[in-house]
Amino acid sequence: MRKLKETVIEKGLLGSALVTIAVTVGIILVLSIEAVRFFEEVSIVDFLTDTQWTPLYTEKHFGILPLLSGTLLTSFIAIIFAVPVGLSISIYISEYAPRSFRKTIKPALELLAAVPTVVYGFFALTVVTPFLQSFIPGLSGFNSLSAGLVMGIMIIPFISSLSEDALHAVPNSLREAAYGMGSTKLQNAFRVLVPAASSGIIVSIILAISRAIGETMIVAIAAGQQPRLTMDPTVPVETITAYIVQVSLGDVQHGSLEYRTIFAAGITLFIFTFLLNTISYRIRKKFREKYE
Amino acid sequence: MKENKDILDKTLKRKHKLQAKDVKVFYDDFMAIKGIDMNIRANKITAFIGPSGCGKSTFLRLFNRMNDYVDGFRMEGEILIDGENIYKKKVNVEQLRKQVGMVFQKPNPFPKSIYENVAYGLKIQGIKDKAFLKDKVEESLKQVGLWNEVKEDINKSALALSGGQQQRLCIARTLAVEPSIILMDEPTSALDPISTAKIEELIYQLKEKYTIVIVTHNMQQAGRISDYTAFFYMGELIEYDKSKKLFTNPEKQQTENYITGRFG
Repeated sequence: MRKLKETVIEKGLLGSALVTIAVTVGIILVLSIEAVRFFEEVSIVDFLTDTQWTPLYTEKHFGILPLLSGTLLTSFIAIIFAVPVGLSISIYISEYAPRSFRKTIKPALELLAAVPTVVYGFFALTVVTPFLQSFIPGLSGFNSLSAGLVMGIMIIPFISSLSEDALHAVPNSLREAAYGMGSTKLQNAFRVLVPAASSGIIVSIILAISRAIGETMIVAIAAGQQPRLTMDPTVPVETITAYIVQVSLGDVQHGSLEYRTIFAAGITLFIFTFLLNTISYRIRKKFREKYE
Repeated sequence: MKENKDILDKTLKRKHKLQAKDVKVFYDDFMAIKGIDMNIRANKITAFIGPSGCGKSTFLRLFNRMNDYVDGFRMEGEILIDGENIYKKKVNVEQLRKQVGMVFQKPNPFPKSIYENVAYGLKIQGIKDKAFLKDKVEESLKQVGLWNEVKEDINKSALALSGGQQQRLCIARTLAVEPSIILMDEPTSALDPISTAKIEELIYQLKEKYTIVIVTHNMQQAGRISDYTAFFYMGELIEYDKSKKLFTNPEKQQTENYITGRFG
């Protein structure tokens, strides 16, 4: 009887593990099959080199570059904003803050990641953009700058929390060595701890980039829906994710070429985030070997 | 540099380099050091021995204020270096630690190159002169007998060195900033016998220029290298004498019990 119970539980656990794997495989399959069908009609060279993305117009162009540039531009702005802020926070919490304060501030910061992204998007569109317009006169109502900045706020906890973990994991003996040599707190933090925790910090940044690239709501609401190959942060752009939302919500016929564009765009996005996650996994594995 | 030399000259004239006056240490409510008076001589090796938890490491760490970071740490009494109370408010702790170097139980090189490890203390003082740094690194590594072993790999990671080499590197790193006192907290307890012998020999040579205080669990080591030995027990200084005397003919029964291995 008992043995039967054990077996049932074991198979049940195995089953749930298999379901997750099956779902992942299913997603990749659907994505690939539809993307392959798309590339039967549109050459991959055009897809990668054409500078226009107008699949919904009469004169159709299928160049992913404008969408990609929109995605990279907004993510770049987010990262430029979030890395210094997130890193400063992590150093402060790990090395300066009193223990009691640390216990309150860390969960409070992580709350930033729990705010629904639609709220962030709304915030970018109705608060940050008008605010920025007051001193950047040419700023459009939809632009990558405010979407990027707000996305930066959203990913700060990814960087601060994971970097803080990495700093905290640096053995105390290194702090003792640094202080014993006459380092100030600041020298200890920047010359010893940050380099020692660099792999963990890099992982946190990569995960934050991956999060920013995949982020949808904020950019769909605040960055606009005009695929445009530009590095100008003040004009409307469209990201890959925002385009997918646009088509999914629109009245494009299922099975049509226009419909399949979202799978081509989707697989591009997937390749990016997959690569970033793989890199961070590799670094993390190396990091673990170093301190054990 | 000149300042260091002045202090060194002063040191040679002064018999007592380090002094503790009625020192009590508390960790929250626990009294770890129960009122110790002690004078430590310049250019001698003084060993602290005693069972685990007797307060010898805590006492050692008072001399470069390393206990300051421990939660709940509180101290009463005075610690004097060259006659100056180092627990006065005005004291610059970073400056103090350049005068009082420390070598730890487990070798703890920075995860940087060998060169960067030795140059670290000078670089944080703002010294950028490359030629000077290079000379100083070479000189320090020669002092600890590591130069010939690593001169080809000076830019390789210090973590690739063996445990004994890492510990000598840590000593070189300390010497590079020219302290006058070196505190050693069980510097050989994580090392094999051959590395231990090398470090002991090194410590013995260093006393010409430095005042050395060493905490050790190894009584043979204390007997071999130290001029003076202090026996601590339960936060008190039980006996403090010339090592020869303390190990052959101790005054106190407790000391005798400990050194003959009857407890601890």
